[in-house]
Amino acid sequence: MNRLILAFVLFAALAAVPAFADTAMLTLVARAMIFALAATSLGFILGQGGLVSFGHAATMGIGAYAVGILMEEGVRDALVAFPVAMAAAGLFALVTGAISLRTRGVYFIMITLAFGQMAFFVTQSLSAYGGDDGLTLAARSTVAGARWLKDPKTFHYVVLGLLAFTVLVSTVLARAPFGRVLAAGRDNERRLRALGVDPYAYRLVAYVIAGAFAGLAGALYANLTEFVSPAYLSWHRSAEFIVMVVAGGPATALGPVLGALGVVLLEDGLAHLTEHWRIIFGPLLVLLVLARGGIATLLVGRRDG
Amino acid sequence: MADALLDIAGLAKAYGALHVTAGVDLAVRPGEIHALIGPNGAGKTTLVGQIAGEVMPDAGTIRFDGADITRLPVHRRARLGLARAFQITSIFPRFTALEHAALAVMAARGRTFRLLRPAASDRAAREEAAGLLDEVGLGARAEVAASALSHGEKRALELAMALAARPRLMLLDEPMAGTGPAESAAMVALLTRLKGRCAILLVEHDMDAVFRLADRISVLVNGRIIACGTPDAVRADAAVRAAYLGDGE
Repeated sequence: MNRLILAFVLFAALAAVPAFADTAMLTLVARAMIFALAATSLGFILGQGGLVSFGHAATMGIGAYAVGILMEEGVRDALVAFPVAMAAAGLFALVTGAISLRTRGVYFIMITLAFGQMAFFVTQSLSAYGGDDGLTLAARSTVAGARWLKDPKTFHYVVLGLLAFTVLVSTVLARAPFGRVLAAGRDNERRLRALGVDPYAYRLVAYVIAGAFAGLAGALYANLTEFVSPAYLSWHRSAEFIVMVVAGGPATALGPVLGALGVVLLEDGLAHLTEHWRIIFGPLLVLLVLARGGIATLLVGRRDG
Repeated sequence: MADALLDIAGLAKAYGALHVTAGVDLAVRPGEIHALIGPNGAGKTTLVGQIAGEVMPDAGTIRFDGADITRLPVHRRARLGLARAFQITSIFPRFTALEHAALAVMAARGRTFRLLRPAASDRAAREEAAGLLDEVGLGARAEVAASALSHGEKRALELAMALAARPRLMLLDEPMAGTGPAESAAMVALLTRLKGRCAILLVEHDMDAVFRLADRISVLVNGRIIACGTPDAVRADAAVRAAYLGDGE
């Protein structure tokens, strides 16, 4: 199947969901799409750059906390809160990335995990903002004063639009010389250096962009749940993102989306069937990874570069 | 040497008690093909690594076009015009031949930090890349994935990528290794065509190729240059015959 057709079918299906879904279903799908947005941002650095960040939930959680804290301080509008969430998450990615990206392989995984845990414990100690218990939002963010996000259908389309935008950005970046350099650094860093290119700055910019988009996912997630808590930043969540990306297929732009939708919806579906749903979910995941490249590769083949 | 493009003086590198580079002086003149030969374990790869910037020497200096590059990182040397083609074929497996060459062109022209326009839309880079592939005989293989190229073709692609930088010095690490006679002959013909365009430091085991191509030859044995001169002078050198050429004859 052609990639463009797959993208069209996928987004058309998501756009059709509000026509038949009840509120609970809409909440589930919105959750899946928000995770898909975060997974897409991780998929960009992991798939394109070969950077396995084990702290991606931290950037998402920082975005969520930015919205929660701003609301607590009386700033309720998304037009302020969402850019602040992206900037805060991007700044965190800039500072931690500048240090983490000096390492490679398993050291990079460990250091991103360590930074993620640091952010986790910082949010736990924010006693003014709920500390360990988290922080309940007074309401969803307003958009230029209007209460659009309160309506589940409108919220659905806002999330869908931002997800599509994120996938588009990921695709554009991957095809640009910038993405080519990232891929070259992943495949053969030594050769890339001999061409006169130091991949560090490219990786750092990619890391910051991915962090900012994860922050956007966090801002949306805070609005969906009307709640933020340190659990959003936990390393379990980071691991889930890696699972989504790998299951969906890191070598494609749509793979992380498929992975996130698949994981969230399947989890929910299996949990309805049996409380031991992980017994089914685990082997399924193994099969997908063994299929080399995840769901997206099964459907459309690999993305070049 | 005042007129040298690459001027190495007193270079030393030891791993523990093993002196892999033991006081090497070497000068490569502009435009010449300078072959570096020596038996296995002589320290050729370590020396090339130090020139390229992947291995830091313990002592000595490396000057390129008058500038001290001894402590410069790999990518900065590359930007100065010191290109390298690899011994172990170092190719990005998923890129096509044209994409490889185009990436090398964009890297050399500083056009890689671009986030929005697709790499494939850089017409100038693609045209220049296609020209480079023609030059190394890969014109008809431009759209083939690099992993599907033959061994000799990968070597040629390495050369095209090195040439993309319009280098003043190319480090060629065993371009004939592992190639058949026909491919070797093609590589010799290709290097002959490139002669004069930039200086080449050629590390090679194929003595036929070395003596046909080189303007000058340096012989490295146990981390030292034991002889340096024209092919005829080196062939006649008694120390070289004893240390190196003799064991093949």
